[in-house]
Amino acid sequence: MTPKEHAKRHPEIWRKFSPRETLVRYAWMFGIVLVAAWSLRNLDIPWFYFLDAHKQVADLFRRMVPPDWGHFSEVMMPLIETIHIATLGTIVTYALALPVAFMAARNTTPNKLIWFIGRFILVSSRSINTIVWALIFVAIFGPGPVAGVWAIAFRSIGFMGKLIAEAIEEIDHGAVEAIEATGASRLQVLMLGVLPQVWPVILGTTVYRWDINIRESTVLGFVGAGGIGIQLYSSINLFAWDQVAVMLLSILAVVILSEFVSATVRAKIT
Amino acid sequence: MTSYPTSWKPPTLFPNETLRYITMILGLAYIVWSMSSLDFDWHRISQGLPRAGNMISRMFPPDISRWELLVKGVKESIEMAFASSFIGMVLAIPLGLCAAVNLVPKPVYYIARSILILTRTFHEVIWAIFFVKIVGFGPLAGVLTLIVASVSFIAKMIAEDIENMNPGQAEAVRATGASFPKLLIYAVAPQILPRYLGVSIYRLDANIRHSTVVGIVGAGGIGMTLSATFKRYDYDFSLSILLTIIALVFMGEIFSNWVRGRLR
Amino acid sequence: MFEVTDLEIQYPNGYKALHGVTLTVSEPQVVAIIGSSGAGKSTLIRCINRLVEPTAGSIKLDGLELTTLGGSGLRKARRRIGMIFQEYNLVERLTVMENVLSGRLGYVSFWRAYRRNFPPQDIQNAYELLERVGLEGRENTRADALSGGQRQRVGIARALMQKPDILLVDEPTASLDPKTSRQIMRLICELAHEFGTPALVNIHDVALAQASADRIIGLSDGRLVFDGKPEDLNEEALTLIYGEEDWSSTIKDDGDDEEEGVAGLTKAKTKAGNGLISEGAAG
Repeated sequence: MTPKEHAKRHPEIWRKFSPRETLVRYAWMFGIVLVAAWSLRNLDIPWFYFLDAHKQVADLFRRMVPPDWGHFSEVMMPLIETIHIATLGTIVTYALALPVAFMAARNTTPNKLIWFIGRFILVSSRSINTIVWALIFVAIFGPGPVAGVWAIAFRSIGFMGKLIAEAIEEIDHGAVEAIEATGASRLQVLMLGVLPQVWPVILGTTVYRWDINIRESTVLGFVGAGGIGIQLYSSINLFAWDQVAVMLLSILAVVILSEFVSATVRAKIT
Repeated sequence: MTSYPTSWKPPTLFPNETLRYITMILGLAYIVWSMSSLDFDWHRISQGLPRAGNMISRMFPPDISRWELLVKGVKESIEMAFASSFIGMVLAIPLGLCAAVNLVPKPVYYIARSILILTRTFHEVIWAIFFVKIVGFGPLAGVLTLIVASVSFIAKMIAEDIENMNPGQAEAVRATGASFPKLLIYAVAPQILPRYLGVSIYRLDANIRHSTVVGIVGAGGIGMTLSATFKRYDYDFSLSILLTIIALVFMGEIFSNWVRGRLR
Repeated sequence: MFEVTDLEIQYPNGYKALHGVTLTVSEPQVVAIIGSSGAGKSTLIRCINRLVEPTAGSIKLDGLELTTLGGSGLRKARRRIGMIFQEYNLVERLTVMENVLSGRLGYVSFWRAYRRNFPPQDIQNAYELLERVGLEGRENTRADALSGGQRQRVGIARALMQKPDILLVDEPTASLDPKTSRQIMRLICELAHEFGTPALVNIHDVALAQASADRIIGLSDGRLVFDGKPEDLNEEALTLIYGEEDWSSTIKDDGDDEEEGVAGLTKAKTKAGNGLISEGAAG
């Protein structure tokens, strides 16, 4: 074997990507950076704010510590109200999402039109954020927790309905066929053939969404839809940072607790 | 012939009937208590339906005469989403590495994890309102909010992926005498890269959604415009903004699904 | 009295699954339907309770025309037709009792079904059937905790709960091991005779079919090519049903991997007898 042949069979250079692939990869990276930079530039961000940002943050911390624990008694009721809004909203969702899920699942929908309506409800519910729904319901019902409950419910229908509809589409069709073959009515087939199969998913998503809703309902007050957000907003506007600290800590406790409850319950199902 | 029972009850989660009824009564009692404590303004609520009708009638036809304002808001929202996704994606890497228990010393791990918990616990809008207080109204507060949310989300995914990765591969690379940074490049990165990119793209989609709401507390984007229309009972313009948001979210989802499909 | 006349099925893509099948079952007997995969066995059975829609022909159960029924008429007819499935098709997350009681769904209101409030007579009947299929004391077990053979026993009990006028049995043993297959098949035949219910059984296993059925029907490419007693099923008939090549490989070498042991037995019997396969190949 001549050295030339040897070099050809055992080259000294190995590249994971061909030059073309390398070029494409770098082009992608460059493109992403470019888009990000262009976006930032267009936003006209006053960068000089950052010069003293660390001082600002330190100052904020100093004002928050020690928290004004005497304020806790006033936070208590709004905090409970926040949990109530999340729970009631989830209960309402539970009642509304089930029929919509059956409408939007291909194998249980009565016809194409109803399927389309079901899908439309799911998509629009999910596209509009809870706080935007809250804006709408505050305009309808006036400020207060009722608007919050409906906002939570309307946002959650899309979330739960979508997951439940997907679960319905994945059920074992054989069991449904067997129930049909006994001469059961349509409703009976849904109840005994379909529902037991998706039951764990329904319970799981309900509890999971409740956990998310606790977090969501902490900010409903910013647009006047009840809960602890109202107090939080006014304390922030009054620069009463020691009170804000109390509220943030209580929100932290409630959210972590609800996450724990939800995770425990979901682990028990199935 | 033996006789067979004539009644049967499905087994329940509860050991006996009494406990079942007690649980049901407690559940009902909770609902009654929560409803009664919510301090409903029944007068206002009773007007809800006609008010909703009135509102809907005022929403139609949607007003698109002020489309420049609409386009400006949407553009700002998209720019906020792009900028914050990119910065979040970059910043999430160090935080994610620090939050992986099998990679870093315990103290670093605990600090990183508590940052993750803190940032995830508070709703984006709470962060937004904080940043508005610190840097003032405008898109900067929004970008900062979305950065916090993105970093937290992506870093958590990275940490979980690293913790779940195949330890054999890292061991093999370590056995060659590789240093820590080399270990990251050769054993960790290849295992988590596809998911990392996927999650980042998903986050871009989520940021587009969230960029439409942080404006409600003054942190820039189309949400600010939307909130203003509600304050001015300008419902026909509200509807055109809402429809635009739905379309935007929809396109964001399609885009993110398309990119993630190509990544595989 | 059960009659199928000139039954045809043509799928929208033009494929014909059944070409005019005619068959009459006038006494309570177990009729095994054999034929290679795709011969239309399953289609024929599913046509009878209209899980598959026939395109032409007629099916009569005690004089009632089934092919033209719709809505509640179909549901009423389905109450009288019990079905046992290959994959058992139980509702996995429900208890054994709920699965068995679902055989009575056609007779109770939605609300009673929701409250699981079935008539005492049905409950008693269910307990009796559970004992009969060998699942005594398992009524509160969830179906997904049962083995394949036990699930099929629940499936049998569910079908018999309907007090059917005819039993449709679709490959009852295809998902089971050979021993359980034989037990299940024996149970189905025993119960069918005991209740005086005619049964149509799709089955892959020729030896098992011969051993347990009163009558054998052979389908080939959607056509009925054999109808007779198990004893009449000779090499010639099997060639007609399964085709030359398939048949020779099944009989001459122990080739068929699914039924190796059985094929071996069949071969031995064939050689011992006079070219006819006698009963009890796998008893």
